[in-house]
Amino acid sequence: MNAQEVIRSIEQEQMKDDLPDIYVGDTVRVGVVIQEGGKTRTQPFEGIVIAKRHTGINETITVRRVFQGVGVERVFLLHSPRIRDIKIIRRGKVRRAKLYYLRDRVGKAIRVKERFDRKK
Amino acid sequence: MGQKLGMTQIFDQEQGTAIPVTVIELGPSTVTQIKTPNTDGYRAIQVGYHTVKEKKLTQPEKGHLKKANAPNLRHLKEYRVADTSEYELGQSLTVDLFSEGQLVDVRGTSIGRGFAGYQKRHKFSRGPKTHGSKNYRSPGSIGPGSTPGRTYPGTRMAGRMGSQTVTIRKLKVLRVDSERNLILVKGSIPGKSGGLLSITPSNLVGASAN
Repeated sequence: MNAQEVIRSIEQEQMKDDLPDIYVGDTVRVGVVIQEGGKTRTQPFEGIVIAKRHTGINETITVRRVFQGVGVERVFLLHSPRIRDIKIIRRGKVRRAKLYYLRDRVGKAIRVKERFDRKK
Repeated sequence: MGQKLGMTQIFDQEQGTAIPVTVIELGPSTVTQIKTPNTDGYRAIQVGYHTVKEKKLTQPEKGHLKKANAPNLRHLKEYRVADTSEYELGQSLTVDLFSEGQLVDVRGTSIGRGFAGYQKRHKFSRGPKTHGSKNYRSPGSIGPGSTPGRTYPGTRMAGRMGSQTVTIRKLKVLRVDSERNLILVKGSIPGKSGGLLSITPSNLVGASAN
């Protein structure tokens, strides 16, 4: 076994195998485990996936939502134990791999067209 | 003794944090010589690592290894030990010497940077890039004038950087895999992947007194 395979096998043990297929443009709800005064609870964060980065154990998604007129973006490390679950609410139809242009838009223009040919 | 395989990260399942780790292939190494006060005046064991083809070794090396009935080993290194009676010639040392949570010192050769300038080698600051300045990467003054009339030895100047033996102390062992002879150590270690490493239990101040 060479070095790369060894490292990959170590990463494989850490990776989740129950993640859904996430595409850029999808609307997702991410359950984030947060600790509050000794108690742990899951806090949902819902928004549009505007970017995916890295592969393997480092894979992340950037989720954007506009909350009270303020754009909020959060980057989630998909294989982290702090991500309890990811639910896909809506599949989006987009023609870019990175939807950074949504940052410059407000109101109705933020909407992403829905596509129906992918399973939820 | 072992070699660096590369870096990755693992998750702390309780905290949920990602921890950077270095994967090290460790051993199995063979005890090739035992030094005692009677024969050499001090206590140590010589350990060999990395099996190679027979033709890679010289006759004296082969003769030395034959005494311990050891395979053809490329690297030999000596470790001082308090008690040599625990070891015997030809004994195999594996990752089982280390346990999870233990602190270790990792020694290796740092990456060579070749002939490096002042900024890279000694972290000197840069001169201005504009306003007619041509003092871009030069060192500034290297000492006073006619008294003492020479540059003091040890003044920091450009030169070869890296390729030096570096010890990183007190790294935590996060995982031991005795099947594949691997240990995972938190943090980074000197050198490139594939570099030869020497790993010992941490040399802590005051530990020998206890």
